[in-house]
Amino acid sequence: MKTLFDKVWDAHAVHEEPHHPSVLYVDLHLVHEVTSPQAFSGLEARGLPVRRPERTLATMDHSTPTRPGGLAVVDDAGRAQLETLARRCAEHGIELFDLSSPHNGIVHVVAPEQGRTHPGMTVVCGDSHTSTHGAFGALAFGIGTSEVEQVLATQCLLAWRPLPYEVRFEGTAPEGVSAKDLILALIAEIGVGGGTGHVFEYRGDAVRALSMEGRMTLCNMSIEAGARAGMVAPDDTTFAYLAGRPGAPADFDGAVARWRALRTDDGAYFARTVSLDASRVSPRITWGTTPAMSVGVDEPVPQPTDAAARSALDYMRLEAGKPLLGQPIDVAFIGSCTNSRLEDLREAARVLRGRRVAARTLVVPGSRAVKREAEAEGLDRIFEAAGAEWREPGCSMCLAMNGDRLEPGQLSVSTSNRNFEGRQGPGGRTLLASPLTAAASAVAGAVADARRTLSEAA
Amino acid sequence: MTPFDTLTSRVAPLLRDDVDTDQIIPARYLKVVDRSGLAEGLFAGWKADPSFPLHEPATEDARVLLTGANFGCGSSREHAPWALIAAGFRCVIARSFADIFRGNALRNGLLTVALDEADHARLVADVSADPWRVVTVALEPQRVRWGAAEAAFSLDPFSKTCLLEGLDPLGYLLAHDAAIDAYERREAP
Repeated sequence: MKTLFDKVWDAHAVHEEPHHPSVLYVDLHLVHEVTSPQAFSGLEARGLPVRRPERTLATMDHSTPTRPGGLAVVDDAGRAQLETLARRCAEHGIELFDLSSPHNGIVHVVAPEQGRTHPGMTVVCGDSHTSTHGAFGALAFGIGTSEVEQVLATQCLLAWRPLPYEVRFEGTAPEGVSAKDLILALIAEIGVGGGTGHVFEYRGDAVRALSMEGRMTLCNMSIEAGARAGMVAPDDTTFAYLAGRPGAPADFDGAVARWRALRTDDGAYFARTVSLDASRVSPRITWGTTPAMSVGVDEPVPQPTDAAARSALDYMRLEAGKPLLGQPIDVAFIGSCTNSRLEDLREAARVLRGRRVAARTLVVPGSRAVKREAEAEGLDRIFEAAGAEWREPGCSMCLAMNGDRLEPGQLSVSTSNRNFEGRQGPGGRTLLASPLTAAASAVAGAVADARRTLSEAA
Repeated sequence: MTPFDTLTSRVAPLLRDDVDTDQIIPARYLKVVDRSGLAEGLFAGWKADPSFPLHEPATEDARVLLTGANFGCGSSREHAPWALIAAGFRCVIARSFADIFRGNALRNGLLTVALDEADHARLVADVSADPWRVVTVALEPQRVRWGAAEAAFSLDPFSKTCLLEGLDPLGYLLAHDAAIDAYERREAP
């Protein structure tokens, strides 16, 4: 009896011996401009080729401009990273979605939407949010740059076997409660280190009910609870998403027949289990400087119980006991590998349709494909009519490497994944929330409850 | 990597939990294609505060960082251990580490020592009482010693051998070329 994780791991173990990490085969290696240049240099210094360039896919996302105008608006350092990646991909025959490609975008958005991420695969990338791809029943995790070099050279990774951890979301999530709220509730429950050494498998009715976009949001933030990976067993929702995508297998029916076996056997061993009642989760928002520090959007800022919470409140300049609702904000950011897919933009548009924003609002699609689809259904016109900025795709203000950033002291409601001190710009303060909450807060110019916004006439 | 055997050093105390990699090195310092400028970026957000503990004179030549639980959580950036090493650190002693950071650190010769709760509390108390205190971290016996005190730590034997001998684990992978060939013929043509 095996878990889904065990099945995928065992199918990729090339070599295992006692007291050594496993040699684990990598099916898909994703590469971006920030964590790869030193790996390519290391490869060159050793005179090694890229073993399987066709199993490697590169995109530009972190240092890329989101204002129209392309490279001209990137600083010299960012431009050097983009040019280095382009040169290395050309040297080694690696497919690259550069800024002129119709497929360009955030690495964890473009690989799934191009059908490159399949159930049962191992997927790695020099980026901790690689956990996103676990939504397909892949084992996907972030690696360091020296591991990027290992995978380029050998298509394998040295890895210690983590333990499987069952995360159940039972019941039905209420209207207005999204995958983002579920994952923030989980992290609040088990803490930012609660999943260390483990791989989550998300199970239960509320997970089955999620779209692939929602499952990607859920798996994306597994790392914020310390788990390198999160997985959802593939089902008809997964297969319907993949059908017809460019990277889907030629023998799709044969692949689906194999993928159906990728499920945890009854009675398989999980090292740990946690269960949450999705029907009791409300829209969440963070108040502190770790993703575990969150409350329901209509709850007050909690009283600090330790030094970390006091330090977080100091940094955030929030007062315990006071409501977050009505707290004025400077910026709303809708984007990032967590929440920049078409479904996320539709959610934001539901709120912004016929309303005006009262704070600076950036809407940054996850990819060019998302941007085209959003424009085809008129979402861009809704955003622009509301006074929001409709941008080019990229990581943007999630980590503020490309010039999109908060000014010192500014407060944002952000659909991204990390509210660490200064993450969105030195001195910036971040409240993490769902696209619905971010859009409602944009309209109010202050933290708002989208359920209330939507109940009022636009 | 530089081999690690025994290190005797003063201790830089950063006594908080959940120090994330955005604090260790903010993203704006990651815009490099080599390893330049990383020491400057180490704890850049916190260094602006004159009361930041690493400004204390006793920590000036410290090669050991002492911190709390879940050190290095957040992003996979290997720039985090590179920055610590560039600033002179060879060892981080903590209650626990985030998985990706620990792997990145060990692969670069930065020893991660996770102490159990009692040993950690004792070391924190002793370093807080005497900031000039010196500790010795000995890898072969897997011991941290300070004054008359001593604490054991665990480390997987593979990482230990790599650290003691200064081996890059890529060599181990490359030695399994035949097994990788066989796997690819079978599973990944």
